[in-house]
Amino acid sequence: MMENDQERMQQLLRKTMLPVAGRAGAELRHDLWPGMLKRLEARPVEVPWFDWALLAAVAVWLVFSPGAIPLLLYYL
Amino acid sequence: MPVLEQPTDVLRQFSHGDLDAFEALFRTHQSEVYGWIVRIVRDPAAAEDLTLETFWRIHRAHARFDPARSFGAWARGVATNAALDYLRTARPETDLPDDLVSPVLPDPGVSEELRRKTACAFHRLPPKLRIAATLALIEEQPYKEIAEALGISTSAVKVRVFRAVRFLRDELKRQGIEP
Repeated sequence: MMENDQERMQQLLRKTMLPVAGRAGAELRHDLWPGMLKRLEARPVEVPWFDWALLAAVAVWLVFSPGAIPLLLYYL
Repeated sequence: MPVLEQPTDVLRQFSHGDLDAFEALFRTHQSEVYGWIVRIVRDPAAAEDLTLETFWRIHRAHARFDPARSFGAWARGVATNAALDYLRTARPETDLPDDLVSPVLPDPGVSEELRRKTACAFHRLPPKLRIAATLALIEEQPYKEIAEALGISTSAVKVRVFRAVRFLRDELKRQGIEP
């Protein structure tokens, strides 16, 4: 019953919404590398906000607990 | 879909952030990634943008890539996530792409109204279900490949397809169509 339902729906979908394979637009029409290069130049790799937050937290910690600096250096 | 693999040294160089290695991987895999995305979003222009977005994400995550893994499979996973983000932001009723949904008539027995209503119901599916249904039911991709790209188990894909079919059946019934 469940499988019949699925088969019927699949038939309907394949009749009304054609599979992409073999249709216009299914294959890449041109090389996208120039576009990728533009994007790489326009958007240099950003440092995630979480890394900045972590750095700020460590800086605050060191300001209020300077005694922790040797400990941090030891673990680095 | 053919799985194209690269020599391990290219993958290793890429994981260390080498731009030439990234270019080599881009050129080898761009068609494969585009082909996967266009199956999901069914819009060539959006698929081109999403291919670039996918490789942008890949470039940013180079340090997390394990050269022992398959680059193609990893790229397909990243591409699927990019396509999912796109489907989440695209408005359901207004963003039906023209060139891959409606004009070609595969079956003369299918009326324009049925085609339109089915497409509308399909675009109302939640994006996660829509991806699973598109790939499994329309594109007939193997469940294993879909599961890998979505990062879930094959059984979970089957559940999503089942839920999508139930959703579509109810939606079409509401519109007076008995599938």
